[in-house]
Amino acid sequence: MTTSRYTPALVRLHWLMAALVFATFALGVLVSQLPVSPAMFRLIAWHKWGGVLLFGLVLMRIFVRLRHGAPPLPGTTRRAALRAAHAVHGALYLCFLAVPLAGYFASLAKGFPVVLFGVLPLPAPIGADPMLAGRLALLHSTLAYAFGALVLLHVAAACKHQWLDRDGLISRMAFAPAPSSPKGQP
Amino acid sequence: MTQAYAGLLALVLALPVNAAGVDLAKSSLAFSFRQMGVPVAGSFARFDADVAFNAAEPAKSRATLTVHTASIRLPAPDAVAEAARAAWFDSARHPQARFVASRFTRLADGRYQVSGKLTLKGVSRELSAPFALREAGGTRWLEGSLPISRLAFGVGDGEWRDTDTVADTVELKFRLALAGR
Repeated sequence: MTTSRYTPALVRLHWLMAALVFATFALGVLVSQLPVSPAMFRLIAWHKWGGVLLFGLVLMRIFVRLRHGAPPLPGTTRRAALRAAHAVHGALYLCFLAVPLAGYFASLAKGFPVVLFGVLPLPAPIGADPMLAGRLALLHSTLAYAFGALVLLHVAAACKHQWLDRDGLISRMAFAPAPSSPKGQP
Repeated sequence: MTQAYAGLLALVLALPVNAAGVDLAKSSLAFSFRQMGVPVAGSFARFDADVAFNAAEPAKSRATLTVHTASIRLPAPDAVAEAARAAWFDSARHPQARFVASRFTRLADGRYQVSGKLTLKGVSRELSAPFALREAGGTRWLEGSLPISRLAFGVGDGEWRDTDTVADTVELKFRLALAGR
């Protein structure tokens, strides 16, 4: 079978991470506006757990992506568009790695280790350091907003393909139709 | 002239050491608790201690600790501000917490135990804590810890009573440097 779509594992990871990154980003923005309160403590914990999950998922995704590759783009794709697509995809992967990392270390530097789901303490290679905490928090939020801008660009490009070019490119990332061969199951 | 220097020297030496010989500069009063399962460490920067510990006859010891609640240290600056508010320590109305020891005993394992009354935010409760006496670098250290229920003293009231976000148990760790002898 010639691959005109991403491998099912990548499709699932794409949409799972899309939903999770949206929720985590929204929580991050919300938390930064809230006063100290039990709700804020809960939301910031969920935000951190979301970031940890995303970091784990992107590692999986990079592994699967390197193993299975991506379906080729239509031969009609212009060079500049090809380059832009690769650049944005690459930058998105980098953000999936860098934003959680910066946030994780900002949390450690602030003196709050991360305990996944409130039960699993994660490694704390650095201790509290207020100076570093400020810098890392700024880096985290700056990268997060850049990430948000890249996601908008990515979504805008998908919309362009869907409604202006009408080339059905999004089917590459669509969930496999039910009657396909069962060997697609991971 | 020499007398003036001697006087100054005596003053400087005496400064960090109170009447009953606790070196406050070396001593610490720290605590830890969990919020959303995350261990958070803090301390009180200002406290006074009046301690006379008699290891040979523990019953003859005495101790009073006065803690300035507004001197709390926590990892986040907004948490420090929050801690002084009415829901937490209410530092404006209750600037000090006080522990007055009433009984010292020796434990079977070579450690000691102190019992007494802690008054915090207008609430008084009997507490006891085991502690060890350790000698290091010519200083005698009294080191111990005890779990305290913050809710028993109304610390973290209202919406903060929810212990799923901030746990009820606060582990208090004291380390007092006894000056002299």
